[in-house]
Amino acid sequence: MAAISRDDVAHLAKLARIEMSDSELDHLAQEMDVILGAVARVQEVASADVPPTSHPIPVNNVVREDVVRPSLTPQEALSGAPAQSEDRFKVPQILGEE
Amino acid sequence: MTTIRSSASEMAAALANGETTSVELTEGHYAQIEKVDAQVHAFLYLDKEGALAQAADVDAKRKSGVELSPLAGIPLALKDVLAQKGIPTTCGSKMLEGWRPPYDSTVVSKLKAAGIVILGKTNMDEFAMGSSTENSAYGVTHNPWDLTRIPGGSGGGSSAALAAFEAPLAIGTDTGGSIRQPAAVTGTVGVKPTYGGVSRYGLIAFSSSLDQAGPCARTVLDAALLHEVIAGHDERDSTSIDAPVPQVVKAAKKLDVKGMKIGVVKELQGEGFQSGVLSKFHEGLDALVAAGAELVEVSCPTFDYALAAYYLIAPSECSSNLARFDSMRYGIRIGDDGNRSAEEVMKLTRHEGFGPEVKRRIILGTYALSSGYYDAYYGSAQKVRTLLMRDFNAAFAQADVLVSPTAPTTAFKIGANDNDPLAMYLNDIATIPVNMAGIGGMSLPCGLAEEDGLPVGFQIMSPAMRDDLMYQVGGTLEAALLSKWGGPLLDKAPVLAGN
Repeated sequence: MAAISRDDVAHLAKLARIEMSDSELDHLAQEMDVILGAVARVQEVASADVPPTSHPIPVNNVVREDVVRPSLTPQEALSGAPAQSEDRFKVPQILGEE
Repeated sequence: MTTIRSSASEMAAALANGETTSVELTEGHYAQIEKVDAQVHAFLYLDKEGALAQAADVDAKRKSGVELSPLAGIPLALKDVLAQKGIPTTCGSKMLEGWRPPYDSTVVSKLKAAGIVILGKTNMDEFAMGSSTENSAYGVTHNPWDLTRIPGGSGGGSSAALAAFEAPLAIGTDTGGSIRQPAAVTGTVGVKPTYGGVSRYGLIAFSSSLDQAGPCARTVLDAALLHEVIAGHDERDSTSIDAPVPQVVKAAKKLDVKGMKIGVVKELQGEGFQSGVLSKFHEGLDALVAAGAELVEVSCPTFDYALAAYYLIAPSECSSNLARFDSMRYGIRIGDDGNRSAEEVMKLTRHEGFGPEVKRRIILGTYALSSGYYDAYYGSAQKVRTLLMRDFNAAFAQADVLVSPTAPTTAFKIGANDNDPLAMYLNDIATIPVNMAGIGGMSLPCGLAEEDGLPVGFQIMSPAMRDDLMYQVGGTLEAALLSKWGGPLLDKAPVLAGN
């Protein structure tokens, strides 16, 4: 039985905000099934008494004094923007027209 | 006489005694790039103007008696994953085509401050995902030993540039082996420092708990010199370790391993490893024993699960990290016709901008992190990570460093793994445990496999923040092998004809 269906992959693509063609979905569903079959092995040794590790070293929040430092100018920050207007990033509509 | 085949250390000595200038060195390397890069395709972008300006500046400072850093004036090839102000930085992806970062990564700031001359940006698998450089959106890089073969990946551009004498130094990044495996298959040296040893600020993130930048070179000492330039604490990276940089240059010069215990990892030498890889690895072990080291066999049983855990953790982190490529603030934007919504434009842009391997990993990571599957996949992989670290701790209680072949095979043919992602992933089987535990790892050449005449890499792993130990063992092994071979391994590589 397949661990993951074509519809599952289509749903994941939607969550990840990636448009996918029918042939991409077909292909990826097959590949994902094989890959998931291989990586599921981790469950064999992951017993309840083993604590998880997210980072190789302890990660702590880093704070500094709240003082003004030089940073990017608006022009620099916007230099890679696909579109800009009035010193701001210009983006397509988010909420719709109505 | 200094030539483009000299080591960076030799070039530095020639600069110091006035035998050559940085401008001359830089022009010599651009001449080689013009001669061979149409065949190798190591570079995505050349910054000739900026490089020659930096070289002239270093020459002027040297002339006026200003004290310079040891590598001042030496040319370097920079992997295209690191931001360099004003210079196109694509990460091998169509998504970032034309993007010029408004700032320098910390690694680049340190290179510039040391007077190092950045020749240009090198090719890589898209967003550093791959083991062959075939996933680049800008064409494949060819291995200088055999142009029909891969130069490793993801940092195949950097390793190929070194092996083709287009640069004596390069920078790579290593998430699961992307510095060490390219070094192995091109007969060069590559080092993944301890996680947190080199700042990740300005390094385009793939898997943040695994990514680490490091030095690539043709000799262990050159790698050590570059390591000391780029390492050190950086307040802009919250995972940067606030501790003194290990003294790797001093260690690389020791050339002594008497009494050191070398742990040979049982799980990294059996099935799946090419016979010529194993025989050259064993010649390396023999050389270390002859130099006075003691071999101990160590067992790391969880290593058999490392690859599976990695291909859950790295895609999970990638699916989160690559969410930033949303076509709003930088990079390409597709389909913004005034009618489509931001979400529709985002989906179209990510469809066009990402290649197949990146999409595969984002989908896999999205799945592994999704509710209902999190514990079974990502959660289990994190537990394997704990077990891997316990394996390493136990092994390092028995040995000063651990060793294995770097990659299971020599360089494979371009296109050989096109339709089999799992076969491609197997290339990383010996390098991945190092990233999962955050320790240091080095690859250096240990010979040419009998069956195909291609380079084999010898991996040395050292405990966290003891990077000096792998340089000490690597430097000693390199010296022993050089005297056995009668010269550098790269002297045996075919000389690339000009166009």
